[in-house]
Amino acid sequence: MKTAVSALLSGFIFGLGLAVSEMTDPARVIGFLDLAGQWDPTLLFVMGGALAVTLPGFAMVQRRPRPLLAEKFTMPTKKEIDAPLIIGAAIFGIGWGLAGFCPGPALAALSTLSPSVAEFVAAMIAGQWLASRVELRLGVGVQTFCDDEG
Amino acid sequence: MAEANVVGGIIGGGLIGLASLMLLALNGRIAGVSGIVGGILTGSAGDRWWRAAFVVGLIAGAEVYALAPRGGLPLHMQAQGLGLIAAGLLVGIGTRIGSGCTSGHGVCGLARLSSRSLVATLTFIIVAVITVFLSRHVFS
Repeated sequence: MKTAVSALLSGFIFGLGLAVSEMTDPARVIGFLDLAGQWDPTLLFVMGGALAVTLPGFAMVQRRPRPLLAEKFTMPTKKEIDAPLIIGAAIFGIGWGLAGFCPGPALAALSTLSPSVAEFVAAMIAGQWLASRVELRLGVGVQTFCDDEG
Repeated sequence: MAEANVVGGIIGGGLIGLASLMLLALNGRIAGVSGIVGGILTGSAGDRWWRAAFVVGLIAGAEVYALAPRGGLPLHMQAQGLGLIAAGLLVGIGTRIGSGCTSGHGVCGLARLSSRSLVATLTFIIVAVITVFLSRHVFS
């Protein structure tokens, strides 16, 4: 229960941040990715602003024995750079470049009640489900999301 | 060059970082949106509540800013119809196979100094840049 409240609050601040930085607008994201067009560096400032908090913050938090509301830190365990990592990131990159939406901004943009955003999110969830089914078939999807970078 | 939103970018980015730090410090979890959403579908029952709560908060946070006096939520879709559906599918499949997206690999993974996340982040940015170049300047 407590972890649901803190997750709600964290999600709220995350969504607020996406809205304030206008990352919920695919035009901003495509503007950043379009180096040959009218380049828009906003995304760079967003990443910079986020890392300015997470880089020192994560180092401090991870020195603690456990999180405040849970028994342990659930951190990704994989270390090796394997084919699924690179192939998956590349497939994601194609979709990101086509629509200008990645998962966080797309979900946050659901608040506009735009049917197009809902279409994208439905397709995204279907894609995740599809990939997890295939992984199960191949027997490589035994790891749960707890083990993932997220 | 387009007009950059420098102040909004830095403040918004700082809020995203703060939210990620909170989730780690309080719940011991990585704020990777694709993973959090994916876990609602495939995760264990006891694990679903905080994930769903995060997504509800994410949408509510954007909604509050949309309604704020000096806020707003501009939306200029860059793909339509089948292209949009295809993009959604690719984002879903890719983030599942590559175990992460812009938040999990980008914001959190880089902060953990994870070499996997660095490689993933560079890969999806480079591929997205190539995709935009091809779709807007070559096959447009």
